[in-house]
Amino acid sequence: MLTLWGNVLASGILMGLVYGIIALGLTIIFGVIRIVNFAHGAMVVFGLYVGYCAGAWWGIPTIVAAVSAGALLFVFGYGLETSVVKRFVTRPHHIQFILFIGISLVLSGAQLITFGPDPRPSVSHLSFETIALGPIRLDLARLQAATVAAVMILALAAFLKYSTFGRFIRAAADNRLGGLMVGLPIPKIYAMTFGIGAACAGVAGALISPLFDAQPFLAVDFTLLAFVTVIVGGLGSFVGALVGGLTIGLTEAVAALLFAPSLKSALSYGLLMIVLIVRPRGFFGAKET
Amino acid sequence: MQKKRDALPDRGAVLGCLAAFAVLAMLGGVLNPYLISLLTIVFLFTFIGQSWSIMLGLGGQLSIGHALFVGIGAYSVAVLNIRYGLSPWFGLVVGMALAAIVGATLAWLSFRFEVRGIYFALLTIAAAEFARVVFSGWEFVGAMQGLFFPAQSGPNSFWMLRGDARFYYYVSLAAVLLGVSATALIRRSFLGYVWRAMRDDEDASRALGVRTFLHKILVVSFSGAWAAIGGGLLALVQGSVFPDSIMGMGISVDILVGPIVGGLGTAFGPLIGTLITLPLDHLASAIGNRFGIPGLNNVGYGLALIAAVWLLPDGIWPAIVNSVKSITGFSWFGNLQRGMSRSD
Repeated sequence: MLTLWGNVLASGILMGLVYGIIALGLTIIFGVIRIVNFAHGAMVVFGLYVGYCAGAWWGIPTIVAAVSAGALLFVFGYGLETSVVKRFVTRPHHIQFILFIGISLVLSGAQLITFGPDPRPSVSHLSFETIALGPIRLDLARLQAATVAAVMILALAAFLKYSTFGRFIRAAADNRLGGLMVGLPIPKIYAMTFGIGAACAGVAGALISPLFDAQPFLAVDFTLLAFVTVIVGGLGSFVGALVGGLTIGLTEAVAALLFAPSLKSALSYGLLMIVLIVRPRGFFGAKET
Repeated sequence: MQKKRDALPDRGAVLGCLAAFAVLAMLGGVLNPYLISLLTIVFLFTFIGQSWSIMLGLGGQLSIGHALFVGIGAYSVAVLNIRYGLSPWFGLVVGMALAAIVGATLAWLSFRFEVRGIYFALLTIAAAEFARVVFSGWEFVGAMQGLFFPAQSGPNSFWMLRGDARFYYYVSLAAVLLGVSATALIRRSFLGYVWRAMRDDEDASRALGVRTFLHKILVVSFSGAWAAIGGGLLALVQGSVFPDSIMGMGISVDILVGPIVGGLGTAFGPLIGTLITLPLDHLASAIGNRFGIPGLNNVGYGLALIAAVWLLPDGIWPAIVNSVKSITGFSWFGNLQRGMSRSD
């Protein structure tokens, strides 16, 4: 019994790290540009397809696919920000919502046209191979996804904390006007931030490609998952996204064990409701929204 | 000056409005069945869009989970009618009450800690999804298998709200007319002024003695109750209720696309916007199916949405009004386009 719980909690934490990185992408874009990326799920699915193609067509390992998906999505996000999104930064939220719904539809539609509506199962056998850690058995796909996610989170944190450009980004998030006054390259910061946020989604998508069958309709699920995670953690908070991701990952794992697997999303929404009642801004939510 | 224009609706606007509805009513007699059913759905989404528009345009609260209220209304009608054989009118009333309570609870939960703006919007979508997941697993309301209304037989019945496609066409057209009038009336009422003051500057209106916390809850629950009526009618028109098709995120999006694309805060915006976007979506699907390319419709509809918010920042209806005005040099539509816009 204890081993079972250990296994479930471990896999919950591993998935939580991946959820954390999805949420991180959403939260970093919101923290700096003050835009909610409603196309985030579609970008995760983009990464999922990159992972699928890499495995099924060229036999590339998932880790390499994750790096390429990150690079690809970074370029995509950078381009999208400089060509479209930047015109909508100062527009009201509901206009931005329509814009991102449009972008999401175009992305999902492009995926549908390219790959069709049928689920594309991964060819990777990683999810069937396990590694024993004392009494706990972890499947390799999850372990690999969580490790890469953890490395990426640490790298991102170091980049934001120690590099000059990372300091620029934090300054812009803290005070846009002040940043403009001291001569920060705000347009470039915004484009970079959006690129980084999209790259997080892409990496996460590629990492979970051995676990999920690639399917265009998953976009809505991933968008909502990211929303729930950031609301629980606190919108715009780096640590909050991580804690939120771990919480949701653990909740889903426990729900699948205690109740039916189909109820796992109900329980995360239930958790969300509890968080709302106790702490409406999430664990690490800022005072100003 | 401001007060005077608000107090008396422009006569030209009222006449134009009535003329438009007269034309739509006459169209109901001549159109083919496909167009009748398409327009019925358009009208219902317009009606629900008006409730959404009240919440943002007057109350200043953005909801991207309005399917929650639609679903509550739809399930109230369906459960009371199918399980207990009660008239849908009871269902509509019960749905309104439930949606008002749920809306008030949601608003109370978030506003008591000064949660506003986009954060509240995310809460609405989370609540809608929560409800959808709960209803998907709830056997009493049909779970994933949904609920089906018995097939229509016999003459149209206003009491049981059952009838043929044309019957629902007129019911939903009446609902839109009711919605336009209600919007105009509320705007000129005490609540309309209070809500707009609160929307424009919450701190200042509170300083003047407006109990903003109470009024924010009120506007959300009012809008929710309104949307529940639309949801109940939608369930009757569709003849069945499924969690995904009545409470899904797609419904929430469809509700707010029309008013925004048509022109937020204008009297005709929701109707014009829904009249253009919903058939466009259907058309894109038809073209996609025709060429056997699934997904083509998503790309087309998505690009259309992006183009709409990019090229027509205020929406379609203000753009039409302004272009007609600049060509003819006369304001044919009175000040209709000003409706509930932020500038007034």
